[in-house]
Amino acid sequence: MGEAPGTLAASWIVARKDLAIEFRTRTAFLSALVFALLGVTIFYFAWDATAVAAADLAPGVLWVIFTFAGLLGLQRSFGSELADRAIDGLLGAPISREAIYLGKALANLVFVSGILAVTIPAVVLFYNLPFGPGIGALAGIAALAAVGLVAVGTLFSAMAVNTRMAELLLPMLSLPFFVPIVMGAAQSSARLMAGRPIAEAWPWLRILVAFDIVFVTACTLAFPYTLDE
Amino acid sequence: MTSTPVVQAEGLVRSFGGRRVVDAVSFTLRAGDCLALFGPNGAGKTTLLRLVAGLLAPAQGTVRVNGVSIREGAAARAQVGLVSHASMLYGALTVRENVELAARLYGCAEPSVAAHAALALMGVEDRAETPARTLSRGLQQRVSIARAMVHAPRLLLCDEPYTGLDDAGSAALTEVLTERREAGAALLLVTHNLTEGLALATQAAIMRRGRFVRHEARELLDPSSYQSQYRELAAVHD
Repeated sequence: MGEAPGTLAASWIVARKDLAIEFRTRTAFLSALVFALLGVTIFYFAWDATAVAAADLAPGVLWVIFTFAGLLGLQRSFGSELADRAIDGLLGAPISREAIYLGKALANLVFVSGILAVTIPAVVLFYNLPFGPGIGALAGIAALAAVGLVAVGTLFSAMAVNTRMAELLLPMLSLPFFVPIVMGAAQSSARLMAGRPIAEAWPWLRILVAFDIVFVTACTLAFPYTLDE
Repeated sequence: MTSTPVVQAEGLVRSFGGRRVVDAVSFTLRAGDCLALFGPNGAGKTTLLRLVAGLLAPAQGTVRVNGVSIREGAAARAQVGLVSHASMLYGALTVRENVELAARLYGCAEPSVAAHAALALMGVEDRAETPARTLSRGLQQRVSIARAMVHAPRLLLCDEPYTGLDDAGSAALTEVLTERREAGAALLLVTHNLTEGLALATQAAIMRRGRFVRHEARELLDPSSYQSQYRELAAVHD
């Protein structure tokens, strides 16, 4: 037998496994995607274009839908581990619990990035936003928001999954922590959508960066304690 | 025998909701030892197994595998294979992918080769590309055993491993367990079937209300009287 994998290698093994499962079943991704597109559509038909400008409404619509669609994916992150106590196979393996967290978070990041990759163009199309060069900056904001969301959501998904009200508990625990992400992402993307220079969004981007650094670190350190019975 | 203990459990205590499920349990297994653990439902056997596997933290006591604490050392966990009540398989993955995943997590040099060998050992190599969820309970149990064996563990923890297996599966399992024992692995076998348990055992213990109420070397036992004594113990106290 060779050496047990290190933290990064083990994270990749866990992430690849989660992505393979999601690729086979596609249930969570399709649910989240349909939810996101329906959300964009409903918001569009509820919008009074004469009262609110598209550039004012679209950022809020985008990040609220992103948050709730992301939650749908995070619900399943640890759900798949409990079906036949597959989580015991991970916990009993010679890998660190931090590696399990990072692997799960990486798979969730791919998941929510996939949702964003469809939702952002949908919002741009529905609200007829003048995007061109700003799309790269918006992708950067999306990446920062996605990292923060999965960092917190993955931790709370692990905490909530063993409870009887997991589907209620995850949003209840996570949403207060998502407020800085939604605010930072909405405010900075609003400036981009209004055609303002990226420098105006910088204070909000700093909040997103700080949130990501603090919560990725804190959640990685806290995660090992969430799995103890 | 004077070899280094493969596993040494000392004073293990674990409670759930104020009830001591495992209460001051100690045992030592050396290379080639097999402890057959019997006991009525709710005696604490599965909890003990999870403590030894490092899946649960004891309130008191320690488990050392080759001298390393199971809760603190990845090196200790790398020596352990676990067959549990649940299959621990991912239904959406194929049989091969499930066993290969375990091989990768345990650092096997060639995961595909190790997985194929483990599946062949349990006679399920022809189901390698079948999704695990579509298998019968018995076949899932075989794959689960292959998953636990893929890294050739030095300590094998088996919780009712014969459950769901047909005659061929049971025979394959007994052969594999005997072979692993002869290769120097230690076994902790939880079972309700005294005949199967005693056939492999070098030690036997009866657990009741979290404690070992009997624990002795296999050669000191008379299998025929042990059965009736076990029934008495189980019936009187539970």
